[in-house]
Amino acid sequence: MAKDKKHNTEIVTKPKWFDKDSVTIPMLQILKEDGSFHKDADMPAYDKELIVKIHDTMQFIRILDERMIAAQRQGRISFYLASRGEEAASVASAAALDFGDMIMGQYREQGALAYRGFTVEQFMNQLFSNEKDLGKGRQMPVHYGCADLNFMTISSPLGTQIPQATGYAFGQKMDKTENCTICYFGEGAASEGDFHAALNMASVYKVPVIFFCRNNGYAISTPAQGEQYGGDGIAPRGIGYGMKTIRIDGNDAFAVLKATQEARRLAVEENEPVLIEAMSYRMSGHSTSDDPTGYRTREEEAEWQAKDPLDRLQKWMMNEGWLDKDHVEEHHAEVKAKVLAALKESEKVPVPHIDELINDVYDEPTDMLKEQLDELKDHMRKYPDTYSKTSGRLD
Amino acid sequence: MAKMNLLQAINSALDLAMAKHDNVYSFGEDTGGFGGVFRATSGLTEKYGKHRNFNTPLVEQGIIGFANGLASQGSYAVAEIQFGDYIFPAFDQIVNETAKFRYRSGNEFNVGGLTIRTPYGGGIAGGHYHSQSPEAYFAHTPGIKIVTPRNPYEAKGLLLSAIFEKNPVLFMEPKRLYRASTGEVPEEEYTIPLGKADVVKEGNDITVLGWGAQMEVTEKAVEKAEEDGVSCEVIDLRTISPWDVETVTQSVLKTGRLVISQEAPITGGFASEIAATVQDKCFLYLESPIARVSGIDVPYPLCHEKEYMADHLKIYEAIKRSMNY
Repeated sequence: MAKDKKHNTEIVTKPKWFDKDSVTIPMLQILKEDGSFHKDADMPAYDKELIVKIHDTMQFIRILDERMIAAQRQGRISFYLASRGEEAASVASAAALDFGDMIMGQYREQGALAYRGFTVEQFMNQLFSNEKDLGKGRQMPVHYGCADLNFMTISSPLGTQIPQATGYAFGQKMDKTENCTICYFGEGAASEGDFHAALNMASVYKVPVIFFCRNNGYAISTPAQGEQYGGDGIAPRGIGYGMKTIRIDGNDAFAVLKATQEARRLAVEENEPVLIEAMSYRMSGHSTSDDPTGYRTREEEAEWQAKDPLDRLQKWMMNEGWLDKDHVEEHHAEVKAKVLAALKESEKVPVPHIDELINDVYDEPTDMLKEQLDELKDHMRKYPDTYSKTSGRLD
Repeated sequence: MAKMNLLQAINSALDLAMAKHDNVYSFGEDTGGFGGVFRATSGLTEKYGKHRNFNTPLVEQGIIGFANGLASQGSYAVAEIQFGDYIFPAFDQIVNETAKFRYRSGNEFNVGGLTIRTPYGGGIAGGHYHSQSPEAYFAHTPGIKIVTPRNPYEAKGLLLSAIFEKNPVLFMEPKRLYRASTGEVPEEEYTIPLGKADVVKEGNDITVLGWGAQMEVTEKAVEKAEEDGVSCEVIDLRTISPWDVETVTQSVLKTGRLVISQEAPITGGFASEIAATVQDKCFLYLESPIARVSGIDVPYPLCHEKEYMADHLKIYEAIKRSMNY
C-alpha cells in the first residue's frame, strides 16, 4: 500500500470511513462484583496496610456524606454534595499517588482529600463556613482546599481545573519535581471547551498529568449516553488527542489502584499525559438541591447498588481475613461519633471576623477596599442586630 | 388573571411563545424533561416535544454558539445558561458574535431571534458562583439588549417581548425572587416594551432607581423613608441596555436627588454609567451627589453575604444622607 510520507498516513483509493466502532475500548476489572478476583488479572502493588487505609477512608466518607446530608435536611448547613457510589474512584486513585503529587478536584473528591489526611474537624469547619475554615468561609460547602495536603481549592464552574492541571504539571516537569498532577472531573464537565483545550495542550507539551474522569452516568439530570455525548464515552477522546488512555471499572478499588499506579509511572517517568475513564454511578442526587426520582428509575439505582464499591471491597477483605464484621461495625460507630462530635463543635465556632471580607482579594487590601470596609462597619454599628453574626466584633 | 410566581410567569411566556411559532426552541443544561434546575422549562417537552425543548451537553460556549447559528438561520432560539455565574465560557460567543452579527455583516445576517435566559443575583447562600450579577460586563457591549424583571407580571411581558424582539437579548432572571415573588398575571399573551423604564411610584423629594431583585429591596427602603416624611419616586429600569435616559433624567430634574442601587460590586457597575449620564444632563438641578448603593469590590462572599449585600437599610441610609446633604 502506498504511503504519504509527509503525513505518515496510508493512501487508499476508495472512501474508508471510521466510526465509533472503529476503536472499542474495554474496561479493566480486577475485583468482580461478587468480591473475588479475576484469576488472570494483573494486580496492583498493594499490602494489607494500604487496602485497610483505602477501606477505612471509603467508609469514613460514606458516613460523613450520610451525616451531612442529614444535617442539610435539618437546616444546619445550606448545601451538601455526596460521593456515594464513587468512593473507590477517588480514594483508590489518591492511594496510588505520592503525597507530593497535586490533586485538582471537581467537587466530588472528598475521598481523595480524606485519604491525604484532611481531618474530620477540617471538613466540618469548611462545611460550616466558620473562622477555622482554611477557605475563610467564603465558598459554599464542599469547596475544600488545602495547600499543606497538595489539594487545590475547589471552584464551582465546571472543567476550569482541567487546563490548569496541564499548566501545573508543566511547572512540575520544568522544576524536575518527579511529581505529577491528577485532575478529576465528571463526564459532563468533559463537554466543556476547557477539557478539550487541556488534553490537547497536555499532549503537545508532554506533561505529567493524569486526567481522571469519573463517568458517573449523570450531569445533574442529564444522562451521559445520548444526551451528554453521542460517542463511546470519554476515553476515545484521549486517543484522539494522542495520549495514553484506559477505561476502568470505577467501582473496583483494585482496578482504580492498578490503573492509577501505571498512569503515575507513565506521567512521572515518561512525561506521558494519561486519561483514565472510571465507569461508576452517582448513587446520590447531584447535590441536596435535586431529587433523582425526577429523572431516573429505582430499578436503575438498584442495578448499581449491586455493584457498590464499598460492599465489594469489604466482601473481598473479609474473605481474605483482612476485615471482620466487628471492625466494620466498630469503625462505623467510631467514625459516626467523631463526625457528630466535630459537627457539634464546628457549629459553635463563629464566622470569620468582618475584616476578612476584604482580605485576599489582592495580596494586600487596597486603600479603596479599606475605605469600603470602614463605611460598612459604620453602617453595621447603626444596625448591630441586623448583622448579628459579626457586629459583636467590629473593632 | 392567575396567581403566579416568577418561575410560573416565565414558564407561561415560554409556553405561549412556543405555541405561537413552531420555530421557537428552548434549550440548556437540564432544561429538557427535567425542566431545568429551577423548573422554568417544566412541561415544555411534554407539550412541544423533545426537539423543541431539550437538554444540551454541558458546554456554555457551545450552547450560545449553537443558539447564534440557530437564530442566524431564522429561528427563535431561547437558550438558558443555568446560572449567570456560568455564562463566561460563552463570553466570546456573546460579545464577539451575538452582539456583532448584524453590524459586521452590514445587516446581511443577524441573530435577532436569540434570547439568553439566565438566573442571576445573590441572597440565596450561593457563594462566589451562584450569586453574581454580571450585567455590567455585557452592558459594555453594543449590540445586545439586557433586560431584567422585578416581579411575575413584568417577567412574562418582558420575556415575550425579548423572544420576539428583532435584536438579541440577555434576559436576567432574579433567582432569589423565583418563588418568593408572586402576583396576578394574565394567562394570555401580552408584552411590555423594552427600553422603557417603569415609574413604580411617583414622588417629589428623591428618585430611587434599581432593577431586578433590587426593586424589592428598594421598595422596603422607600417605605421606611416615607415614614420619615420623604416623598420618593421609585423607578425600575427594566432594560439595562439600552436604558431609558429620558424617564430617569425627567425624574431627577423634578426631584434633584438620585439614589441608584445594584447588587453587583460598585466599581465599573452599571450604576456608575447612570450616574455619569445623569450628572451630565441634570448637573444644575442636583441638590446632592448621586449615591450608588451596591456590593463592595470583593468576590461575592458566602459567610458575609448579609453584610455584603446592598440591603434596604443601606439604601435607606443613602436616602437619608442625600436628603440631609
